[in-house]
Amino acid sequence: MSGTHGKTSTRHAGTGGAVPPVRVRAVRRADLPEVIALDATVTGLHKADYWQRVYRRYGVGGQGLRHFLVATAGARVVGFVIGEVRDWEFGSPPCGWVFAIDVDPQARQQGVGTLLLSAMRQRFERVGVRTLRTMLASDNHLILSFFRSQGLRAGRLIPLELEVGAPS
Amino acid sequence: MKLQTSTRLALYSVLEFAARPEQLVAAAEVAAKYGESAHHLAKVLSELSRAGIVESVRGVGGGYRFAANPRRLTLLDVIRLFETLEPGDAAAQRAGTPVEAALQQVQAEIDQTTLATFGSITVATMLKMVEEARQAA
Repeated sequence: MSGTHGKTSTRHAGTGGAVPPVRVRAVRRADLPEVIALDATVTGLHKADYWQRVYRRYGVGGQGLRHFLVATAGARVVGFVIGEVRDWEFGSPPCGWVFAIDVDPQARQQGVGTLLLSAMRQRFERVGVRTLRTMLASDNHLILSFFRSQGLRAGRLIPLELEVGAPS
Repeated sequence: MKLQTSTRLALYSVLEFAARPEQLVAAAEVAAKYGESAHHLAKVLSELSRAGIVESVRGVGGGYRFAANPRRLTLLDVIRLFETLEPGDAAAQRAGTPVEAALQQVQAEIDQTTLATFGSITVATMLKMVEEARQAA
């Protein structure tokens, strides 16, 4: 498993009192219940089977191209990010795709998301990736704002979609 | 899309004040910097004050300062004070002919992208971009 390179924040998750520093590391199977609970808190959907599949694909192995990272404060998981290197989609050179990131609502605005994205970026850079991409719902201004604050801008790819399977 | 003068003045002012949150900035300074009338700017600042985005201090040495959360206030929050910019404006119009309906769909796509862009760029992010532009100059 890659990603034993823990990163310690100079910021702390929470205000007041002795709060443990936030660290970012590769996910472990034992983290899954907390990841599932965090996702359920944010999305309102409990998707245990989905997260087991994600763990098998992104949490184990991956040869440096697939990453599932968690942010922890002490023993508590306070966030996660998942991404992978994708190459030559519609002629696009290898890029780092981030397709999930979340931070415990109680730990937001303390730099946790920044730490997670930074850790993912470092892993992409190690394998020569020079572009980081993501795709977001246009009406989710909160998460859009986060990625904008990290320097992401509109790129040369435009997402398009089509409703399929509807009765004609 | 082209923003109205009032909207641009509001954005200039917000960014000028937010860049120096500890200072009181004179309205005349902003008006002069961007070549706009002080009278027009006063109306804009009055609207920003009513919205709680800036606050004014009267008297000698007075001026304006930023009063919002720069990591939460977006360009769209400011623009909405001065412009009607909502998705579906085009779709809400009379559909008319199929050609008009199809064109309204295209306009709605553009509106959605515009809203997402303005709605996702905070004042804090803009200040970073301003600094990058300054260093690149």
